[in-house]
Amino acid sequence: MSFVAPITDLSQLKNHPAVARLLAWNPAAVQGTKFDRDEMTIHVERGSIREACALLKDDPACPFNFLSDVTCVDWYPSEPRFEVVYHVLSIAKKERVRLKVRLHSSSPAVDSVTAVWPGANYFEREVFDLFGIRFTGHPYLRRILMPEDWEGHPLRKDYPVEGYR
Amino acid sequence: MAHMTASPVLEPGQDRTMILNMGPQHPSTHGVLRVLLEIDGETVVRIMPDIGYLHTGIEKTCEAKFYQQVVPLTDRIDYLCPLTNNLCYVLAVEKLLGLEIPPKAQWLRVLLNELTRINSHLVWLGTHAMDIGAMTVFLYCFREREEVLRMFEMVSGQRMMTSYFRVGGIALEPPLGFFDRVRDFAGYFPEKVDEYENLLTGNPIWTMRTKGVARMTAQDAIALGTSGPTLRGSGVDFDFRRDMPYSSYDKFQFKVPISQEGDVFARYMCRVQELRESIGIVRQALDGMPEGPIKANAPHVVLPDREKMKTQMESLIYHFKIITEGFAVPAGEVYQAVESPRGEMGYYIVSDGTAKPYRVHMRAACLANLQTLPTMCEGRLIADVVAAIGSIDIVLGEIDR
Repeated sequence: MSFVAPITDLSQLKNHPAVARLLAWNPAAVQGTKFDRDEMTIHVERGSIREACALLKDDPACPFNFLSDVTCVDWYPSEPRFEVVYHVLSIAKKERVRLKVRLHSSSPAVDSVTAVWPGANYFEREVFDLFGIRFTGHPYLRRILMPEDWEGHPLRKDYPVEGYR
Repeated sequence: MAHMTASPVLEPGQDRTMILNMGPQHPSTHGVLRVLLEIDGETVVRIMPDIGYLHTGIEKTCEAKFYQQVVPLTDRIDYLCPLTNNLCYVLAVEKLLGLEIPPKAQWLRVLLNELTRINSHLVWLGTHAMDIGAMTVFLYCFREREEVLRMFEMVSGQRMMTSYFRVGGIALEPPLGFFDRVRDFAGYFPEKVDEYENLLTGNPIWTMRTKGVARMTAQDAIALGTSGPTLRGSGVDFDFRRDMPYSSYDKFQFKVPISQEGDVFARYMCRVQELRESIGIVRQALDGMPEGPIKANAPHVVLPDREKMKTQMESLIYHFKIITEGFAVPAGEVYQAVESPRGEMGYYIVSDGTAKPYRVHMRAACLANLQTLPTMCEGRLIADVVAAIGSIDIVLGEIDR
């Protein structure tokens, strides 16, 4: 097993279509990049995620038009605690990119991308249900998997595996 | 898309409409899907799927298991294609570990995955046809599915919850006679597909119930995140096996069937043609099956053979360590997508360097596909809802996890 160390240097990665597009728009929106195991990750500033997604979707050279997945990782107890993860795919160019937004536990809220991809609807509801992240601008932010009156958000790391008893 | 702007909460008391509750025990909702319908006579005004009845918290459970213990959990997500789940999970972990998989294991995985696709499509075809009223097709499909399940039992000891793939390879060599049995099946199966098609494709009742029903444009299909035959039925030419190949799929020749119409019939045609393509891939896998080991050369990850474990000290130690402590996976994250019978199945695994995954997330193709119901059904008849649900081929185990 041989490992190639992840590349995090922005100057080496700026030719990736998604990175180039975001840097040309607003360099402050890109908080960091990582290329690891053939996968590209871009950390996007919290307030810019919706514009960044819209921009990537309409990129004429490499349209990242398909939202595969929205999910979240809880890094409890470190801060920023939550990472909302978007997997975006370009059907035409067969490229994939991962966008990440870091959120502090004091205000776990981020703009919804349902205006860009209506398909984000259920994925964001699921993240809201299981992690308690609020998506502002979501048309119907209600629990989706757990019962309406459930207490707590089960996929958070401080939630016991067997539930509260 | 109308359903995105209107409030999906159905309130009674409007003049002409009534609320109808369909499911979760309704036979044509394929498990425990509940659908709230606001209807005006026979016409659906609004439709709202309600899910979560089968939520078992598998993602949370995974975080408390060793990497190898997660494999049996993956079977239970999409219970109609357990081997595809196994494959997607082990590919993701292997990517984290940087493991090289021997060619024979890769080809066996392809072979079994295509048999799984046939198995899943047969269940879909049978139940979908029965929902629309064609009882006979169900019996014919389950006749062939039985043979596929027996082959699964032959290799893995289980008909459905196979857990046959391991991180680093495959659990056991297939038993003697397995390949002959698969070849036999591959020989007569295309005739059986003709048989199903004779019953349905030209059948005037079938075409009246499916053609022009539950239409979806390519634009909507992409915006709503659909994948698999639901996407290809709307004319988008994309298949992970061909476009982002994994597990040696790039070495196989196959066509990706697409239809332009975007209706129930188009999705039906895509899947039926996929049955024929899959059996072609199975035949290629049988003909070109490479020789060699079925497990990667990584003793700290792959369990040793029983014989070696009983005769060699080192193998015994590795066996003991893997079983009791698991194997540590280097820190990092991967997203691995495969083409399941229903579309893009993706595993997002985050490792913190220990023997248990920090986070396992399954991207369920059905969850995204289910979001298309309002686009497909609003303004149509209640009976078309049944046809639409059947045509997106949902598995509630995968939606709810």
